[in-house]
Amino acid sequence: MEKKYWQSLEAYKELKKSELPQGNEPHAEFSIEGLDESEIKGKSSRRDFLKMLGFSVSAVALASSCQTPIRKAIPLLNQPEDLIPGVPNFYASTFFDGIDYCSILVKTRENRPIKIEGNDLSPLTKSGTSARVQASVLNLYDDARLRKPFNNGNESDWETIDREISQQLGGLAQEGKSVVLLTSTIISPTTRKLIKEFREIYPNITWTTYDEVSASAIRKANEQNFGRAVIPFYHFDKATVIVSFNADFLGNWLLPVTFSKQFSGRRKLSNGNTDMSRLYMFESAMSLTGSNADYRIPIKPSEEGLVLMSLYNEIAGISGATTYPVPSHGFDVKQAAMDLLDNKGKSLVVSGTNNVNIQLIVNAINQLLGNYASTIDLNKTVNLKQGDDERMRQLVAKMNQGQVAGLLMYNVNPAYNYPQTDVFISGLKKVGLKVSFAETMDETALLCDYVCPDNNYLESWNDAEAVKGYLSITQPTIQPIFNTRQFQDSLMAWGSFGGDFSTYLEANWKGLLSSGNPDGKSWAKVKHDGVYTRKADAGETPGFIPQGLKLPEANSSGVELALYEKIGIGTGKYSNNPWLLEMPDPITTATWDNYACVSPKFAEEHQLQFEDVVKINGQIELPVLVQPGQAYGTVSIALGFGRTAAGKAGNNVGQNVYRLMNGKNSTFQLSGEVVSLEKVIGKTYPLALTQMHHTMEGRPIARETTLRDFIKNPSSGNEKERFNEENNTTLYQKVNFDGIQWGMSIDLSSCTGCANCVIACQAENNVAVIGKEQVKNRRIMHWMRIDRYYSEDVENPEVFHMPTMCQHCDNAPCENVCPVAATNHSTEGLNQMAYNRCIGTRYCINNCPYKVRRFNWFEFTNNNQFDYNMNSELGKMVLNPDVIVRQRGVVEKCSLCIQRIQEKKLLAKMENRPLKEGEVVVACQQSCPTDAIGFGNLQNPSSKVSKERKEKRTYHLLGHLHTLPSTTYMTKVRNKES
Amino acid sequence: MYNTRVRGILIKGNKSFSDVSRDIIKPMDDKTPMWWWVTAFLATGALFWGVWGFYNTISTGIGTWGLNNNVAWGWAIINFVWWIGIGHAGTAFSIFLLIVRQKWRTSINRAAEAMTIFAVMAAGLFPLIHMGRIWDGFFIFPYWNTRGPVWDNFNSPLFWDVVAISTYFMASFVFWYMGMIPDFATIRERTTSAIKKKIYGALSFGWIGNAKGWLRFETAAILLGGMAAPLVVSVHSIVSMDFSVSVVPGWHTTIFPPYFVVGAIFSGFGMVLTLMIVMRKLYKFKDYVTDGHLDAITRILTFMSLIMGTAYLTELFMAWYSGSEYELFTFMKNRVTGDYKFAYWTMLICNGMIPQLFWFKAVRKNITIVFIISLFINLGMWFERYVIVVTSLSKDFLPATWATYEPTITEIAVYSGTIGLFVLGVLMFFRFVPTIAISEVKGVLKETSTLKSFTDEN
Repeated sequence: MEKKYWQSLEAYKELKKSELPQGNEPHAEFSIEGLDESEIKGKSSRRDFLKMLGFSVSAVALASSCQTPIRKAIPLLNQPEDLIPGVPNFYASTFFDGIDYCSILVKTRENRPIKIEGNDLSPLTKSGTSARVQASVLNLYDDARLRKPFNNGNESDWETIDREISQQLGGLAQEGKSVVLLTSTIISPTTRKLIKEFREIYPNITWTTYDEVSASAIRKANEQNFGRAVIPFYHFDKATVIVSFNADFLGNWLLPVTFSKQFSGRRKLSNGNTDMSRLYMFESAMSLTGSNADYRIPIKPSEEGLVLMSLYNEIAGISGATTYPVPSHGFDVKQAAMDLLDNKGKSLVVSGTNNVNIQLIVNAINQLLGNYASTIDLNKTVNLKQGDDERMRQLVAKMNQGQVAGLLMYNVNPAYNYPQTDVFISGLKKVGLKVSFAETMDETALLCDYVCPDNNYLESWNDAEAVKGYLSITQPTIQPIFNTRQFQDSLMAWGSFGGDFSTYLEANWKGLLSSGNPDGKSWAKVKHDGVYTRKADAGETPGFIPQGLKLPEANSSGVELALYEKIGIGTGKYSNNPWLLEMPDPITTATWDNYACVSPKFAEEHQLQFEDVVKINGQIELPVLVQPGQAYGTVSIALGFGRTAAGKAGNNVGQNVYRLMNGKNSTFQLSGEVVSLEKVIGKTYPLALTQMHHTMEGRPIARETTLRDFIKNPSSGNEKERFNEENNTTLYQKVNFDGIQWGMSIDLSSCTGCANCVIACQAENNVAVIGKEQVKNRRIMHWMRIDRYYSEDVENPEVFHMPTMCQHCDNAPCENVCPVAATNHSTEGLNQMAYNRCIGTRYCINNCPYKVRRFNWFEFTNNNQFDYNMNSELGKMVLNPDVIVRQRGVVEKCSLCIQRIQEKKLLAKMENRPLKEGEVVVACQQSCPTDAIGFGNLQNPSSKVSKERKEKRTYHLLGHLHTLPSTTYMTKVRNKES
Repeated sequence: MYNTRVRGILIKGNKSFSDVSRDIIKPMDDKTPMWWWVTAFLATGALFWGVWGFYNTISTGIGTWGLNNNVAWGWAIINFVWWIGIGHAGTAFSIFLLIVRQKWRTSINRAAEAMTIFAVMAAGLFPLIHMGRIWDGFFIFPYWNTRGPVWDNFNSPLFWDVVAISTYFMASFVFWYMGMIPDFATIRERTTSAIKKKIYGALSFGWIGNAKGWLRFETAAILLGGMAAPLVVSVHSIVSMDFSVSVVPGWHTTIFPPYFVVGAIFSGFGMVLTLMIVMRKLYKFKDYVTDGHLDAITRILTFMSLIMGTAYLTELFMAWYSGSEYELFTFMKNRVTGDYKFAYWTMLICNGMIPQLFWFKAVRKNITIVFIISLFINLGMWFERYVIVVTSLSKDFLPATWATYEPTITEIAVYSGTIGLFVLGVLMFFRFVPTIAISEVKGVLKETSTLKSFTDEN
């Protein structure tokens, strides 16, 4: 480094200050050294201004079309070996946030993670992800992240913090005072080992696990029935008949990505397969799973026990087991019972209700059906949701009694999401030492003495064992951007372990790999693959200990409440993630808010309309959303909103309804409370929906058939297609392709509408976030949307999810109307957009029958009006450098990930070979948890898309317009009788 | 040959040539009247509001308008088509009536042509302002450039628009200006102000009124008229193709070109009627723009209104006859009975029904009622464009994308700005240009009146 001279003490201080690492600067490989001050900050003096004025005037006059400013890029002096600018590196890693688990690949460009992909080597998630996983990369670049440790609200440094906390912990240990480590579920075996060792050093520390939405009832019921407090692994792929009670296993429940893979895999109709599972769903709110059920029956929370018990009685009656009296109710479960009995050992009954009595009935039914050891594996336990509501209650009680001297909180935010926040907060105030490891200054961290910010998971070392025997690795893909430290490293510092967690992890893994490792996988190989499957000890299925069944206490004296987790926001961990906030809910298509869902009949009776405001329990004001399929007499509200300390995007969005959870039993339940609901006269609250019309008006858009009809006639429900194809004719020459014609095929039968693709596309293609007001103005920028249609009964409709993006028509209506030829057709069948040619007449938008084109109504980057990730230096780091950020006034749309196509084409060219089938994988397709999207070369007769195109289920959306789309859809097949 | 006994007297009040010159130039010599200042003030206000609208649109983005992902055209296009329609009258008036040798046009054509010019100017602003990147708007011209194969898309109706409208504007302007040359010379001769003399002298291109000049003038007028006549048909046919070339139900119809041309002439004549009634009242031109003139226009409007009505019914019939559920929905459910029924029925009643009152002579003779009906026509024609643009886009093929559209204050400002521009232009025209073609009136004065002075001279 250059020698620096100082003249005065002040100058010396300044010099020192500038030498200190700037906390908020990324440790990127590219540096901005060598640029002078004005160049970095873009500031200019008056002289410069005049110079620039003169230059720009003449420049504009000379070449008014050359307007792109030229920026200097400094080449690397010492280029790291593994870094080739422009070439992405992929690292296998694991996403786990305490709730969701997913094995992933992290795409990094120039050492910065920009995209999450599914890891196809994972036996659990099999290259699938969820929207939350896709969006998690944005959390890395969240402005709300803490940049330094905090000590009583003041910025501090790690030495001070470590010294003070170690001192206090040591003192408390000597005094033998109780210190509690409160964490979310931890599935990392190494972290668990570390915590164990840490607790050996501080024996006064007890460990409590807390899940804001817990499943402790399943563990309790299994403890009673099998003597093991475990959550078993469910095989939705082995079940022919599935009956689910409020278990949204495709969206939120336990392992939604894994279950989606299983469920959709079992229902694929390719290659002549017609063996399809059948799903019955009994639920109060319309969930993602419910929207995909073959039979969906809306029930009130108070009726769940009754229906479940009747189902049990039906089965028990035939199997000759004890039956129990059930008060009469209006539901007929005979069909479901018969279906289950016909498929003994190949069926599955699950419930998402956190109630021991319910779970005991579920277990009893599964036992009668012989599902244990076939569709339910008690040996392959799911390690998620380890939280025990009872222990958490006890902890809060102890805190209030002043018996807890210290509280270390990792990855939990009870000051926001504990059902009785005030009780928790009052207890917390009585705790002497309060430490939070939160990544952001969240509601709980604000109340703590010390905040020791954890790294983002993309900056961390970790491992995970979501399901027993299935391990995976989390590895850092970027140096910590800020002065943060991994939770584990903090523990190691305070426990004087010496070394850091990465070496600890490596040592632990080397030990782990030394035995039970039949393939002889090395540590390097494990890091490369990201996953490792331990040789499973087969294990006996424990014997079933029958328990007397009883109906859960149910309160049906009023409007019943059923809380739920939204597919985007979930429990509220990512409430500051603008991608998830703006993700249209797969069912309601609402963005940026939570709301009270009521059934149409209920709304009519209570004179409630969309956007009317109601007061729940006289306290919480929420807008009404009339939701077809909502059980009559119930109201559903999403958790995860109403954060007060989430960050600029998520603060005060919606209302916090955790306090409405039902804590009457030993567990915290999402349903079971009865609430009062009164209309606030004359008050409305705007909701931003991306779809306002919900039926297809009888048009053949999303086509469907039943399995029975499909077996009889594979083109049933799709008769129109043949007519169209026979009658489609043109005067013009047919478009000819030589070599490549890209095409996409979407199986509506597989698609569950989970919106993973929407966020994957947003991350891949730098799609702007535009905020609630503009979404309300129907200007959402998503290139991919999921149209949702209802049919049949308004109180319990059938649901269609239809992913729609640019169809890349070979006879594209948009192309011939553009006056400047900014949108045109490639020789490979792609409908292309030349952004810098577009002048924004928007004629193409009007003329697109699919309405998939998006206009940049405003400047969405560097604009304080749209203060989301693209208005922040940090947030912009998530942008994909391969995809241009669009200027105000141009039209954009799905490009079929042309940057990915180009990348693979260049690779093939360099290797002097033709492109291989399946080599180009587009973003929406890559991480689809149901493999509903196919992409490939239509000119290659053996490609998946070509084969699917020949299937009888295939059709072109609005094919009668002769737009000749390159994208095709396949009829949705429902496994129902009629 | 014009027979006054059959066709009535065109210019009333026993005018002599010098009367004509004096009467028509008088408003230009007089002190500017109060109403002129008041209207000019209001129009300038509207224009400034429009400038704000332009500024807001260009500086912030099209997002300041009420458009969305599904209804991507709104007021800008509605108003564009509306103004173009109005801009049809002048040329249609002058040229068609010139070709069919209708002498009564001479009292009106100058004002009608001026109206055309300002209306087309107002209309031309919309294609500009509605572009997302107005600073790159020049891409639309097929000029020689260094961008390799990037060139205009000659298939696009928007490109045709550019060509059609600029041609129309230029042709109309030349035609209008040429007609004014002898009148400018008249002012030059009459005026006492040296400055005016200079200005009008320059504007008159040294016209001296010799026989050779007149001969050339007449020939040029006929020639230009002959060339411009097809433009009247083409410009609005091409504007209509912005819609009919598309696939959108409600736009994709072959009836559009004739329907738009007739609609344009209809709305143009409506606007001429409005303006003429105002002008003859303010400038006391009742001798020149007689009740007979107005009567003739109303008769034309009655006929045009019938064609419009037929077109509306034909559209409905074709929607049914096509058997296309999308067409049927757009026309029957969305327009006739649906969310947009107010706009639809306003259009139908204002354009198809109210002008039918002109069948009654009593209505035609009552200038107040004629004036009101002319306003209804302007309104109805605006709603016609609203119905076409908005209803078709808001509910097209996929119901999931259906969206509604409402204009924002910025769009209203832009519209009012163009009205301001138009009114200001017309006011300037009233003030500085002879509003009636003096030379042409003089040309027909002899044979279309029973004036004694002429008989005396003989």
